[in-house]
Amino acid sequence: MPPDSNSNIQSDRIITLKAAVLEAMVEEMESDENVILIGEDVGAAGGVFKQTEGLFENFGTGRVIDTPISESAIFGLSVGAAMAGSRPIIEVMFGDFLTLVMDQLVNQAAKVHYMSAGGFNVPLVLRTGIGIGGNLGPQHSQSLHSWLAHIPGLKVVMPSSANDAKGLFKAAVRDNNPVIFMEDRMTYNLVEHVPTGEHVIPLGSAAVKRKGVEITIFAISRAVHTALAAAEILLEEENISTEVVDLRTLAPLDIKTIISSVNKTGRALVLDGGHQSFGITGEIAATIGELTFDYLDAPVMRLAAPDIPVPYGPSLESMMVPSVDQVVAKVLTMFGGSV
Amino acid sequence: MTMAPKLNKAKSIELYRDMVTIRTFEEEVRKMFSAGLAPGLVHLYSGQEAVGVGTCAVLSADDYIASHHRGHGHCIAKGGDITRLFAEIIGRRPGYSLGRGGSMHIHDPETGNLGTNGIVGGSVPLATGAALSAKLRGTGQVAVSFFGDGVLNQGILFESMNMAALWSLPVVFVCENNGYGEFTEIDDVTAGRPYSKRGEAFDIPSGKYDGMDVLVVFDAVSKAVERARKGDGPSFLIFDTYRYSGHSVGDKQEYKDEKERQLWESRDPIQKMAKAMADMKLASKRDLEKMDEEISATVVAAAKEARKMPAPGADDLTRHIYAP
Repeated sequence: MPPDSNSNIQSDRIITLKAAVLEAMVEEMESDENVILIGEDVGAAGGVFKQTEGLFENFGTGRVIDTPISESAIFGLSVGAAMAGSRPIIEVMFGDFLTLVMDQLVNQAAKVHYMSAGGFNVPLVLRTGIGIGGNLGPQHSQSLHSWLAHIPGLKVVMPSSANDAKGLFKAAVRDNNPVIFMEDRMTYNLVEHVPTGEHVIPLGSAAVKRKGVEITIFAISRAVHTALAAAEILLEEENISTEVVDLRTLAPLDIKTIISSVNKTGRALVLDGGHQSFGITGEIAATIGELTFDYLDAPVMRLAAPDIPVPYGPSLESMMVPSVDQVVAKVLTMFGGSV
Repeated sequence: MTMAPKLNKAKSIELYRDMVTIRTFEEEVRKMFSAGLAPGLVHLYSGQEAVGVGTCAVLSADDYIASHHRGHGHCIAKGGDITRLFAEIIGRRPGYSLGRGGSMHIHDPETGNLGTNGIVGGSVPLATGAALSAKLRGTGQVAVSFFGDGVLNQGILFESMNMAALWSLPVVFVCENNGYGEFTEIDDVTAGRPYSKRGEAFDIPSGKYDGMDVLVVFDAVSKAVERARKGDGPSFLIFDTYRYSGHSVGDKQEYKDEKERQLWESRDPIQKMAKAMADMKLASKRDLEKMDEEISATVVAAAKEARKMPAPGADDLTRHIYAP
């Protein structure tokens, strides 16, 4: 994948997405003593996926706080702490556990700034791992980002690459709003050039990850890689020039980049790892239909996880993730089956 | 470190004044509601004044409180502006939320008020988290979590108390047991008596007190706040009290027994304090009457002013969705 256009490569260092987020966390904790990390096994254990390794040793118990398994209060306390001047990073181990956090997230955190007429801010980052893979079963495999993007007051960030992950995470920590930072666990070990030191990507900026002129595939998080692989095949085997836009954040949504890409290509496929019904694929398709219908050469199409609980066994689980082949086939239907 | 306030003559008068202010305020709110000025739900604090006033009188200006749906009294006791409170309740722009929050969503950073709250138990972790932040940053601040008896049966209380005890957070859990969760008697839906056992389960010093006596409240909270400030951790205080009005204005309270009501009204916290002040020769009957008249004039004038205030404009609809 080409490096992000906003970033400035300062070294040829290649690191994983997981390491990139950890580096962002270290840098932000070093530069602002109000930034704290709180969650289950984030401290002494270094995270269940080793995603917070070394922070406890570096920053100590006053900055890195191991908690009981009480997601609702972990997050609720963090909202109160944020209102009082701290800037918590909260780790919720699996995105599925967001269901336990919903009152504090939706009724409290998202609305405090509005309800207090700007009197209180809630500067926090809820970091959570999402996505299908690893045979974790129906309660450890969901991608609930569409729920969250529905709520005014929340920001929802989903990086696809190491470079973006660092830049977006730093922006999330510095943001004065509740930000949900969702990483697909299957992207943890993807590597990329990542700048050392200051590297911030503004929330609400999509990135064109591959330029093309005949169709745009909009994707987020891990689905971006599926889109890029499909784009390569489409070019080589079908001579179709595909643009791939990584939305990077759902809220705020970079509508300008979406529309300008569709205006150029005239076709749009929206790809997502969450369930299809009432999800972001529908939202983006509708936005395109409303704002730039005249530029469309084909109906906007969607491809997402089917509306089925994510099954455990490998043979069935793999059927839940939109595949490169499915993307290629879907794109071909948008060209009348042949070019 | 902040010194604990002493109960002297000036403090006693302050306690009395604040309770009368709240009672008078709530009567004006009732009138506003009856006149159709308050467009939504309002839950009155009348009868429970001793708890909010006795608690907030112990706190410093920069200490935190987090309140609940019956929270006007807390806002006033912590030092809130009654004109802005009236304005918010009737949906006017100078209100605390530009008239966009109403009675259940009043936040005031100036007085450390983390907000009244529309979710039963929703504010408990907010106070606990503010206490965590105060402890981590070494500010010496204390947070009070006000909640009703209904929260005794909400899981978030237990999650919060566990962490507060584990980390010795400077938070005081103040349960206002007014006997009813909406229309249901608390004893009908709550196992495990005395309810203070809920705090003891976490080794938190816990106790049940007369919530109709502001001096009892002041004393109990003083000890709890002192303990919190010293770094010795949370306390769990249950104050038995009574709401004179229904769950919300308009509730006819047909589920309440007339004798029960009379019994509690005979223990009225304002009358009790008036008698105590006379007994201690802190104020004569005439002094108190004069004070009542002054307060009434102030509150009525504030209500009148609020009624003249404008509604929010269309551009206020979209302000503050995100912080800059």
